[in-house]
Amino acid sequence: MDDLRELYQEVILEHVKHPRNKRTPADANRHAHGHNPICGDAVEVHLKINGQGVIEDVAFEGKGCAISVASASLMTEELMGKTEAQAKALFETFQEMCTKDDAKVSDGVDEDALERMRVLAGVRDFPMRVKCATLAWHTMSAAMARKDQVTTEAEGSGV
Amino acid sequence: MSKASSAAKIAPGDNSTLAFDVERVRADFPILGQEIYGRPLVYLDSAASAQKPRQVIDAMSQAYETSYANVHRGVHRMSQLTTDAFENGREKVAKFLNAESSDEIIFTSNATAAFNLVASCFGRAHLGAGDEVIVSVMEHHANIVPWQLIREQLGIVLRVAPIDDDGNFLLDEFEALLGPRTKLVALTHISNALGTIVPVKQVIDLAHGRNIPVLLDGCQAAPHFAVDVRALDVDFYVFTGHKVYGPTGIGVLYGKRDLLNALPPYMGGGDMIASVSFEKTTFKDAPHRFEAGTPPIVEVIGLGAAIDYLAALGAENIAAHENGLRTYAEKRLGQVPGVRLIGTAREKASIVSFVMDNAHPHDIGTIVDRAGVALRTGHHCAQPLMQRLDLASTARASFGLYNTRGEVDILAEALESVSEIFG
Repeated sequence: MDDLRELYQEVILEHVKHPRNKRTPADANRHAHGHNPICGDAVEVHLKINGQGVIEDVAFEGKGCAISVASASLMTEELMGKTEAQAKALFETFQEMCTKDDAKVSDGVDEDALERMRVLAGVRDFPMRVKCATLAWHTMSAAMARKDQVTTEAEGSGV
Repeated sequence: MSKASSAAKIAPGDNSTLAFDVERVRADFPILGQEIYGRPLVYLDSAASAQKPRQVIDAMSQAYETSYANVHRGVHRMSQLTTDAFENGREKVAKFLNAESSDEIIFTSNATAAFNLVASCFGRAHLGAGDEVIVSVMEHHANIVPWQLIREQLGIVLRVAPIDDDGNFLLDEFEALLGPRTKLVALTHISNALGTIVPVKQVIDLAHGRNIPVLLDGCQAAPHFAVDVRALDVDFYVFTGHKVYGPTGIGVLYGKRDLLNALPPYMGGGDMIASVSFEKTTFKDAPHRFEAGTPPIVEVIGLGAAIDYLAALGAENIAAHENGLRTYAEKRLGQVPGVRLIGTAREKASIVSFVMDNAHPHDIGTIVDRAGVALRTGHHCAQPLMQRLDLASTARASFGLYNTRGEVDILAEALESVSEIFG
């Protein structure tokens, strides 16, 4: 039960019950749709980035498991007011935390942000759940790169 | 479906019969002695893949250790012994389905390969632009996507038979879909996600009344109750080895002999030809026409051992045991706060899908895993069904012949701890 408690910390459950920035801003200028074909979960991430490359607003919509919802909610809190470069550094660091015990911290990521993101690092012990934790972040990254679609699995053409 | 429905209707609640001792059965499955996070493995994912009894494992090891060579080639003794064992496996499958002849049993690499074979070969022989194939909204992707690939090539139309909110197959609505352009009905026998038993005998009678052949997906049915292809008068029937307690890498396509021999080959290669020259090649009849290349030899031997194992236990005993577990699980899980059962059709097999008010299926799966319970969570390769039910996913417990009521209790207790975490 200990690693379950580590995974489903109070902070995470609180984000699930009261997700932050779960909305669609009318003035967002970057959007992406993220999809995990393995579980069917989907998330929309909306960003408003100004001329100086600062994220003025960030929000999400979607349905998913506790880990994916809490991660999306936490992410919006971390990104608000950050530059695109800072957002990229946070994403890199978060990915490291979710997969490695000795996570490399990218330049410009402060201790407080690390501490807040660390509540999701419990997924390290649940390899099948890492994609749940990183879906919103991948989607945010795609939105910044002006790609409107991203998926946790490689996807090509369809019939 | 006389055999099937009588088996499915055996009174629920009885955990063992005189002929069926679940503890003795469990002793045949070495893996059930494993522990997960220090707790006994509670394997409730047999609908995804069943565990293997010692009899199957031993039959395969013995084949590799004592009589292995390629089949249908060479005059040497080992090849003859292996060919005999392989073709004996085909006889066992024919008997298992009550087929008229073992020539009607085609071995494929899995059920998906069998669906693709029928879609490709039946499509080339009988389908053209505007022709219709009817599937149901409950199909596994393996009986949807091959038809979409054929649709892309030939311009056929895919029509979809509906269900009601409980997961019952709607026979009248299905009948209304049958029309002059309908060339094939391709339906699941038992839904892998809901456990619904489709009234396939009525479906076949309605389709045959209009000279339309029927293909059934028996992947969930073959492990659960006796399937009699002649009593059903079904034209094509598919099941897979690994769900009937046999190995992976082996699927089965049954087809009526005349229908099979009217189809072109699927893949070209060795063992499927009568003669080859650079000017002209002629093909063997079924089943060899559809079995190009070296087949899954030892897998067929393992499948034969699995069928022997099921026959020794008795199909009716297995169905009674699993139905008892299923009705017990529906009652027991229904008492856990926040659990809602998905799929409450009148006729059901040993599958219980559910969701919880406050917990996503993925979180349920992770939490019960730590209690040693293996559940399937997700869309069960049936995304159109999930869309129909307005769900992204469910958690699914599926029962095999080795499961017990005690294991259902462990699952129910684990679900109570899910409720505690998510409140």
